[in-house]
Amino acid sequence: MAEPARSILAPFLAIGLVVAGGAGAFAYTAGWLSPDRLTPDRMVDAFAPPGGPAPGHRRNHAKGVCFTGVFEANGAGAALSRARVFATGGYPVVGRFNFGTPDPNAPDATARARGLSIKVSTPDGQEWRSAMISAPVFPVSTPQAFYELLKTPKDPNAMKAFAAAHPEIGAFGAWAKSAPWTASYAEERYNSLNSFIFTDSGGEDRAVRWSFIPEATPVPVPAEDLPKRGRDFLEKEIAERIAAGPARWTLAVTVAEPGDPTADPSKAWPAGRKTVEVGKLVAQKIEPEADGPCRDVNFDPTVLPSGIRTSDDQFPAARSAAYAVSFDRRSAEAKDYPAK
Amino acid sequence: MTIVSEPRAAAMTESRPRFTPLQRALHWLMAIGVLSMLFIGVGMVSTVTQTHLTLVSIHKPLGIALLVLVIIRIAVRLTTGAPALPADLPEPMKLAAKLSHLAFYGLMVSMPLIGWAMLSAADYPITLWGGFTLPPIVSPSRELHAWLWDAHRTLAFCFFALVLLHIAAALFHVLVRRDGVFQQMAGGEG
Ligand code: HEM
Ligand code: HEM
Ligand code: HEM
Repeated sequence: MAEPARSILAPFLAIGLVVAGGAGAFAYTAGWLSPDRLTPDRMVDAFAPPGGPAPGHRRNHAKGVCFTGVFEANGAGAALSRARVFATGGYPVVGRFNFGTPDPNAPDATARARGLSIKVSTPDGQEWRSAMISAPVFPVSTPQAFYELLKTPKDPNAMKAFAAAHPEIGAFGAWAKSAPWTASYAEERYNSLNSFIFTDSGGEDRAVRWSFIPEATPVPVPAEDLPKRGRDFLEKEIAERIAAGPARWTLAVTVAEPGDPTADPSKAWPAGRKTVEVGKLVAQKIEPEADGPCRDVNFDPTVLPSGIRTSDDQFPAARSAAYAVSFDRRSAEAKDYPAK
Repeated sequence: MTIVSEPRAAAMTESRPRFTPLQRALHWLMAIGVLSMLFIGVGMVSTVTQTHLTLVSIHKPLGIALLVLVIIRIAVRLTTGAPALPADLPEPMKLAAKLSHLAFYGLMVSMPLIGWAMLSAADYPITLWGGFTLPPIVSPSRELHAWLWDAHRTLAFCFFALVLLHIAAALFHVLVRRDGVFQQMAGGEG
């Protein structure tokens, strides 16, 4: 005999619950139910100036110029990392000189934190991408605090309150106030700030930071003089300089000792840490960004060859997520930033 | 209209032909994989924590693994076929089942390919594990990247909606029609 007939309401209710539960779990995972979650979209929105972002351009470090060149590894880095890029040899580089601003037309005189971005390709098909700045430390300790800083109104009282809540910003502030200005991208030292893990061929891990130290001697220039040099003087200067001959930097890798603040880019490591010079960056040719090979590159600092990986520093993950959003948006706005 | 459901006599008495064990294994393995991919996908683009990197590092190789599996699955399907649906299933339902399964196969093939092409168009190295990198399948292009990004996202949401519909339909077969269709794909001996 067949079972007795049953109400069909119960099964439909069950089906409805399963579907609603699945949809709810999906919405929760996607962050749609969490207006306070710091999503990559919110992070990137926070950079936008009051008039909105410049379509087609990077959402931060929007002004820059492309270069191509080579990274000449001297082989010393192979003791720290098995990445091919540290084996003696020359590897092609696509790079970008830039500075921190959401405005692609910002005057170069406002470029306090100047940036160097590089993409080094090795014959094993791997890449090392890095975006560094001239400040010796980052303003704040965490991506969340950086978001809050971006959201802080630019009036003195609000900034004071922020600084009171985030005293670590003092070190960056002191640098911004007192470090000499230069009139050239080629005279700046560029620092990874974030720490990464280098793994050598024996499998040993070391936490490191790195810096590109200029070969050109920095010539201090009074900040008041910079606006007189013209809106794009940094771009013009580097183009002229490199047309006359390549500009060089030495890559110095600094190895942490146990207890060093590897997770916090707002804190410098104590002086005297082991530092290894692993090669030279040679910038050989400048190209305007609009037609240049760097325009469509995302210098995501988590694009790393095997032998380098991220550390307990929270920033590279946040940067990777945010740079992807910035890249997704600007690539969808290609028509607003055509080649010249 | 009746508000009661009668268990189908046929399902009770004779056991219906089933998908082969290989087909069932592939179905359930990929069901877990696809659901994971959908949740990992929306999860990884919603956070700036280290979880972002962890999820991305699962999303890419798992997506490519599913591409390999779906190719095997389609080959198996073309050679072994599928058990017929119950004869008394209304024609529109049969058509809906067939079309939705076709859409699934389309999505299981296209989603990983679009993801792969999207990363190629953006000129990212497509690193799966450690140093293992896939070659690009399209040349770098902003316009193409934007188009593929839209497609990957839009199709992902369609995919999830279809999965919900599919689960609802499977449960409808088990709980309401009780016609043995679920058993065709369910585990167990045979
Ligand atoms: C959570 C913290 C950070 C966020 C959210 C953030 C956000 C961004 C965004 C959205 C871009 C534009 C990316 C693109 O469209 O390709 C960018 C570019 C850049 N950022 Fe950051 N950034 C962060 C931390 C840092 C740090 C710590 C440094 C320096 C060590 C840095 C240096 C740079 C440089 C040099 C660029 C220019 C890259 C290029 O040339 O494409 N940023 N940043
Ligand atoms: C989440 C991802 C899933 C995908 C991509 C998927 C895909 C498919 C496809 C393509 C078929 C057709 C097989 C063929 O004719 O070759 C199928 C059949 C089936 N699926 Fe799924 N499925 C998923 C999840 C589920 C779940 C969670 C259930 C159960 C609750 C389920 C139950 C069934 C059943 C019962 C059939 C057999 C239908 C028939 O006999 O025609 N599936 N599935
Ligand atoms: C069954 C296969 C796949 C499914 C179901 C899937 C699903 C998803 C989903 C749901 C998202 C989030 C979309 C959003 O909310 O914006 C996503 C994003 C993404 N997927 Fe996939 N995916 C698949 C395969 C792949 C593959 C094979 C790759 C690469 C090799 C890939 C690369 C990506 C990337 C890079 C993103 C982030 C895009 C961005 O916003 O920048 N996906 N995927």
